[in-house]
Amino acid sequence: MENNIQHSDIYAIALHHRFQWEEAQQSYVILFPEGMIKLHGGAGEILKRVDGKTSVGEIVADLKNTFPDAEDIESDILGMFDIAVGKAWLRKVN
Amino acid sequence: MAQLNNGVAASVTQKQPLWLLAEVTYRCPLHCAFCYNPTDYDKHTKNELSTEQWIAALRDARKMGAIQLGISGGEPLLRDDIEEIVAEAHKLGYYSNLITSGVGLTEKRIQAFKEGGLDHIQLSMHDVTEDISNFITNTRTFELKKKVAAMIKSHGYPMVLNVVIHRYNIDQVGKILEMAEALGADYVELANTQYYGWSLVNRDQLMPTREQLNRAEAATNAFRERVGNKMKVFFVVPDYFSDRPKKCMNGWGEVFMIVTANGDVLPCHSARVLPGLEFPNVKENGLEWAWRESPAFNKYRGMEWMKEPCRSCDEKENDLGGCRCQSYLLSGDAEMADPVCTKSPNRQLIDEALANSQKPFLREQPIIFRTDKNSKKYVEGDKERIEQFHALP
Ligand code: SF4
Ligand code: SF4
Repeated sequence: MENNIQHSDIYAIALHHRFQWEEAQQSYVILFPEGMIKLHGGAGEILKRVDGKTSVGEIVADLKNTFPDAEDIESDILGMFDIAVGKAWLRKVN
Repeated sequence: MAQLNNGVAASVTQKQPLWLLAEVTYRCPLHCAFCYNPTDYDKHTKNELSTEQWIAALRDARKMGAIQLGISGGEPLLRDDIEEIVAEAHKLGYYSNLITSGVGLTEKRIQAFKEGGLDHIQLSMHDVTEDISNFITNTRTFELKKKVAAMIKSHGYPMVLNVVIHRYNIDQVGKILEMAEALGADYVELANTQYYGWSLVNRDQLMPTREQLNRAEAATNAFRERVGNKMKVFFVVPDYFSDRPKKCMNGWGEVFMIVTANGDVLPCHSARVLPGLEFPNVKENGLEWAWRESPAFNKYRGMEWMKEPCRSCDEKENDLGGCRCQSYLLSGDAEMADPVCTKSPNRQLIDEALANSQKPFLREQPIIFRTDKNSKKYVEGDKERIEQFHALP
């Protein structure tokens, strides 16, 4: 991982980006000038919890709780954060 | 993840419009030589949709899945109801973008846009030098644009600059990017001129050389390396210089829907040049019908319409045969492979155009600016300059 995501990190959706549920797409999306990212299943579940207050560790715990049958989701979640930070969809608050 | 960016997307056959472009007026205080508006725009300046009609169109398109909204023109700020339109767009959940030359943007209006929930403003800039900027727009607007850029920034908007690139400013790309950085730009789109409408008329005068293009790309890459993620720079390569066409509008009737000032619904900006197509209008059957059922939207959807060499080409999914309008405008055949493609029997038209743009006597022809007076000439049938591009070899 390139962005060295820590459990104590806190992220928010990047400035000028908007995260919302799209009924017509049946998925979450991130909107920004001239573009849109469609987030399939798990990715949406993760980013939905990013609010500028909850830490990465808390999000991991929450998702493990919500999806008890999913195996080894922690590395998927951290991987998703890594991508999202790398693409500048998220900004670090703390 | 499907990423849509500047028309480049990973997945297609998305049978919903994602982008709605509202060309709310063709009136414009500028007279850009590279404007892609139709040369006969003058006949569409008197029958613009009303505020209520625009709001109804936004609502319908949103129900169908449209999410990115561009409000453009002409100069949209020449309408005094943009505030209302913007506020409605926000309520409907659009990510909305005002595409403006900056002329007519005041503190009061930008304040209202902010309160109404406009997401961003895309400002067109033309050059770092006042002379060339004023020359190519045929107006004195350079200083004003710089002021507007500062205003956009001070209201907390992301600064999205769009710079149309042509022979007169391509050698300044490095400096243009530095100016953008100094203005605090977040996104810069260096859009090489595409040749439609007014820019096609002026093609010999606007086309850069391949060497100029290579230098500009190198300057852009050097800048990217220095600045990194802080400022995103898109360099839109002019298709004349490549071997394969662009996937125009990301596919006919795939993701883009354009509603023009008078309510015509188009799959691409210049579709009205195509012969034998009748475009739907929001005032008649509504947007849902226009998108799903109208013969015009279905005409070039997918790959069924193709003939050889596209039909049996193993690359057809990549570009869907390129641009229908470009094919028609250059060769007179709307269903042939885009002449940009080296497999197209019409490729020599592009090579000739590249060669012509180097010929001094053509290069130095006077530029025809986008003015009402010139447009009236095109409406009235003074079409010589256009027809020369229709002629089949
Ligand atoms: S390109 Fe220039 S003339 Fe054309 S609409 Fe834009 S600002 Fe007006
Ligand atoms: S022949 Fe047609 S489909 Fe094949 S690459 Fe050329 S334009 Fe595209």
